[in-house]
Amino acid sequence: MADFLLSPPLLLMLGSVALAAAPRNVLPWTVLRALLLALPVYSLWRFWGLDLGDYAQFELFGQTLTLVRIDPLSRIFVVIFHLAALIGSIYSFYVKDNFQPLVGVFYAGSALGVVLAGDLWSLFLFWEVAAVSSALLVWVRRSGRAAGAGLRYLGMQMVSGVLLLAGIVLLRHEVGAAPGWAEFRNLTGFLEDGGLGFSNLAATLIFLAFGLKAAFPLLHSWLIDAYPESTPAGAVFLSAFTTKFAIYALARAFPGQSELIWIGALMTAFPIFFAVIENDLRRVLAYSMTNQLGFMVVGIGIGTELAINGAVAHAFADILFKGLLFMAMGAVLYRVGHVNGSDLGGLYKSMPITTGLCIIGAASISAFPLFSAFATKSLIMSAAVYKEYFWLWLVLLFASAGVFHHAGIKIPFFAFFHHDSGIRCKEAPRSMIVAMVLAAAASMAIGLFPLAEMWLGVANPFYELLPYPVDYEVYTKTHVITQSQLLFFSALAFATLMRTGLYPPELRSVNLDADWLYRRVGLRIWDGVATAFVTIHRAGYAAAGRLTGAALETAQRHLGPQGFLGRSWLTASMALWVAVLLAAYLVVFYWRLG
Amino acid sequence: MAHHDHGKHGGKSYWLDKKGNVAKVFYALIAVDVLWLAADFLYKKKAEFDAWGGWADGGFGFYPVYGFVGAFLLVLAAKQMRRVLMRSEDYYERRRDGGAS
Repeated sequence: MADFLLSPPLLLMLGSVALAAAPRNVLPWTVLRALLLALPVYSLWRFWGLDLGDYAQFELFGQTLTLVRIDPLSRIFVVIFHLAALIGSIYSFYVKDNFQPLVGVFYAGSALGVVLAGDLWSLFLFWEVAAVSSALLVWVRRSGRAAGAGLRYLGMQMVSGVLLLAGIVLLRHEVGAAPGWAEFRNLTGFLEDGGLGFSNLAATLIFLAFGLKAAFPLLHSWLIDAYPESTPAGAVFLSAFTTKFAIYALARAFPGQSELIWIGALMTAFPIFFAVIENDLRRVLAYSMTNQLGFMVVGIGIGTELAINGAVAHAFADILFKGLLFMAMGAVLYRVGHVNGSDLGGLYKSMPITTGLCIIGAASISAFPLFSAFATKSLIMSAAVYKEYFWLWLVLLFASAGVFHHAGIKIPFFAFFHHDSGIRCKEAPRSMIVAMVLAAAASMAIGLFPLAEMWLGVANPFYELLPYPVDYEVYTKTHVITQSQLLFFSALAFATLMRTGLYPPELRSVNLDADWLYRRVGLRIWDGVATAFVTIHRAGYAAAGRLTGAALETAQRHLGPQGFLGRSWLTASMALWVAVLLAAYLVVFYWRLG
Repeated sequence: MAHHDHGKHGGKSYWLDKKGNVAKVFYALIAVDVLWLAADFLYKKKAEFDAWGGWADGGFGFYPVYGFVGAFLLVLAAKQMRRVLMRSEDYYERRRDGGAS
């Protein structure tokens, strides 16, 4: 039982529910928050003591469900999800409202449930819990926009859930038993040699369910739409989990699925164009998240050990540096009230610490040598080179230059530098700074570990967490020089465009994206259908009214006081008619006998 | 939660406030870029791809050219995208104005 209740997903989920239910006079605010911090720490400590294998199994409707299955792929996600829950809880100390961090930790628990699930049913269960709890994190902003965005977000998450459920049910039909671990691992096989059979359809549905949460092109706009509408703390929690457990699920079920290579390549490239012209800086980060997910999807599609290691390592690093950037922009949102690039600038004067930490996040996401993405994205790039994907490599290189451009330069530049907007505010609250320092330190550590290994012979604890053994040298002369050239010349392009006035100004605007299809076109179609329905309904109602009116009138005419059938008749004439009837009856009777 | 006042001068003057100093940063960046370009003379790269006569990842100045041109064209292309994609800030909030019912 303890094995069950103290498993990471249930510990975090039940723990946060218990804290939410505890009466406030018993549990003062500070104690509650301290316990909420202790939850992920204790859970990770317990987890660390477990060996690889299955835990928390139970029977339900004759099927064995495995809530916890630890293997090298799930282990690294469990570690980073705990860290993300801890950092998010520390960050949200600035807000008195307990609801945000409580839901955040609960949501982290459901994400742990997804990556630890030892069968597809358990996966589905936590998949849905994560969808609902994360929607709450969009709604906590309590604004009209957040309400709409949260609803659209939940709708899309539910579509993913329905696709997953349909896939699992079809798979059950195909394999003749509850689809378990073997199917979860082997979906690539199903997709490749299933032809048009059920298993192929099942695998396709599950592929789309995972892809929706991993923000595949055209299925991505829920992310761009919803995350930037959340609160500062809400967005930090949101940025960590859903998309990353989708990456985990793809890596588990579809490694080496070649379609992923080009889907991923598209994901790295198209969002950067949107990011350049987007004004809301947290929305820029959301685009940048799609772009980073693209690198991971490419890695899974290539499917070699190096590429999968790269995808997983990059997911780990992304949670930290993207979290850091969301935290920095959250701090600006908290202090200034908005994060519109058009109205910010010069904030380095008021928020120097946040500026510095944001620059560390920017350097990390841009894959500068010494920072985290350099030690993670390089694995994916090299895997593409070893497999001789020339055009893919060119796209990824362009996307890398683009990342630096929109996330590495644009975010810090328009928020903290550029022209002085005249805004003077306080530095970020202490809790935010502590959380940002943790994420920044971790991002730098990931970038520095390989160097320490090379120079000091210290084992790289980060690479040791990866699912496959790492035999890869990050800091070669070629890597360092070529990457620096790419980035510094990309910076030169930015500076040149700024100085020549060619750079498009930040404008208060909305840019149409795929969500336009359902927020405008779909809505118009819906409006059209609704109008047609109302028209038909009204016409039908009127016709029915006319018909009943006519029927009533006829009845009135015949049965009313003056009507032929409504009149009172003489008894004599009644007796006569009865006699006539009897006579007719007699005639018929004798005629029948004869 | 806005704690800002819009007084243009916070009292203190910063190094970057001077236009000349911003130009200095720009020239420093050019100098750094020249150094990174020169770094290509210092070592021999091994080309992994045969495409483009091995220039892509083995030749002189490929990464600088690709980084600069890529980022430059990215911005110009994105700027053109605005013509098609840009709407006013309350575009989605106004959806009922022209629509049915």
